[in-house]
Amino acid sequence: MRSTLDSEFGGVMLPTPVLVAAGCLRSPKELHGLVDLRKLGGIVTTSITLAPHAGAPVPRITETPSGVLSAVGWQNPGVDAFIEHEIPPLLKTGVPIIVSIAGSSVSEYVQVATALGHAGGIAGLELNLACPDEERGGGIFAHRADRAAEVAGAVSRLTRLPVFAKLSADAYEIVDIAGACVHAGVSGLTLISGPLGMAIGVMSMTPQLGATIGRLSGPAIRPIAVRAVYEVARALPEIPIFGVGGIVEPQHALEMMLAGASAVQVGTAMLVNPSAPVDIAKGLLAYLKAMGLASPSEIGSQPRLSKAGA
Amino acid sequence: MKRVRAEVLSSRSVGNHHSIALVAPEIAERARPGQFIQVAMPASQATVLRRPFAIHKASKQGGWAGTLEFSFDRRGAGTGWLGEVRAHQFLDIVGPLGKGFAQPKSRNNCLLVAEGYAAGQLYFLAEELRARKKRVDMIIGGANQDSIFKAIEGKRLSQTITIVTADGSLGERGRVADVLPSIADRCASDVVYAAGSRSMLKAVADYCLQQHIPSQVAVEERMACGWGQCYTCVVPISSEDGQSVEMVRSCVEGPVFNSTRVDWDAWLRFSGGAT
Repeated sequence: MRSTLDSEFGGVMLPTPVLVAAGCLRSPKELHGLVDLRKLGGIVTTSITLAPHAGAPVPRITETPSGVLSAVGWQNPGVDAFIEHEIPPLLKTGVPIIVSIAGSSVSEYVQVATALGHAGGIAGLELNLACPDEERGGGIFAHRADRAAEVAGAVSRLTRLPVFAKLSADAYEIVDIAGACVHAGVSGLTLISGPLGMAIGVMSMTPQLGATIGRLSGPAIRPIAVRAVYEVARALPEIPIFGVGGIVEPQHALEMMLAGASAVQVGTAMLVNPSAPVDIAKGLLAYLKAMGLASPSEIGSQPRLSKAGA
Repeated sequence: MKRVRAEVLSSRSVGNHHSIALVAPEIAERARPGQFIQVAMPASQATVLRRPFAIHKASKQGGWAGTLEFSFDRRGAGTGWLGEVRAHQFLDIVGPLGKGFAQPKSRNNCLLVAEGYAAGQLYFLAEELRARKKRVDMIIGGANQDSIFKAIEGKRLSQTITIVTADGSLGERGRVADVLPSIADRCASDVVYAAGSRSMLKAVADYCLQQHIPSQVAVEERMACGWGQCYTCVVPISSEDGQSVEMVRSCVEGPVFNSTRVDWDAWLRFSGGAT
């Protein structure tokens, strides 16, 4: 049987179902010689805001067991400068570019999405909802179904681009929140944002991050992501899901797909091995061939997992 | 830059420090003083990311052509593992990364100031400066005599070398910043290069600013990728007109910076537990 990695995801045609997660590929020219960017399944950009952000104080990163705790604080030049300077080199890679949007109010998400809608060439928008909601006292959008859905709905209504809501498993009600976002009109979901975390240096007696609190990524969070994908996919079988969290090897991507993801994003692994998404895609193709499957969409349709009760 | 599987030639202790030599011709040929490599760690609970190391030697010709050496202190899980690496093992490395030291154009008397194993990258610079007929003087510091990195090599590469230890076990007692004014004066230094702790770099920057001597410093900030994607290793750098400060990636725009451009107070204030 001929197997292919071509995938359709919420209206975006993906050359492979293995993309780069937000925040891990921003400047293609510096990756010259390290990865063939044309072989990526797509790139989710770093999160962009309306106005420029200087970012969080250093240190912005620290290692924790099997993970990386980080707080970059949305360092970005603002959407206008991003469109002018950073989008063109990303588009040159020829792979789908999904722009991640961060915001502190519903109107900020809307304004950034509007600007991006006029930019041209972009394949989709990912709403980073793990952001403090300044209109509701700094709570996290992704932790409240009503606020997450408000952003998701407002952006989905104004743009013709596919919109994907990225949610956090810090919210116990992630299934309900996912449902509210789907009801509000998003084309797909990204699960999960890194859980909030904190680490303290005992000798310095200070937090390990300049921002004190950060988000955890890497293999440490993989089971959290797999659980979130599994439960959301069971509740919302029609909605495509990007699985993201600790994927390093092809089998991790497969695990996420067996849980119900249609495609995956690779983040932390990309910071160690810039060709990780390409290597993982190669492993997926080998798996498809070995299992006699025609395309990645057939992985998610394997019935065994859904029979196992939860 | 390249990602290569590099065979370890030697891995040995140098006093309190450790040094590893590798066969990596693709990287050694291009490497410049001040640049660094990213070394992959074994996938483990304690080592997820690569570890960055300044290049101490890159041999482009002769019997050692194509080899690369880097030095470090064994103090965490990653460097602890590296310290156990043996000859003929292979390391996954990416490099050369970053912008190195700029060669002086009109200036001739170069003062190189380093602490601990950071002296290694300045020895590499000294080789290059001497090849261009510059005068090289050095101040090398450390906690004690075992912390002075390859003093004999430093001596070979410099017109004068001043060794400073905190406990006085070798050379003068004190810190490198203590002897900087007198040495810079005696050697008529007109450009300074420095690598080491943040507090030492700031002392060098303060002195050079006051004396109107240009200086370049190699900074170290906690880093994830090393190739410009993650924006974690940023350092506050003022714009050329001095009107604004931006968080600049030390991996691609550094790790060497003109010392007057670093917003030292902001950087030291932000640096938290890091040293």
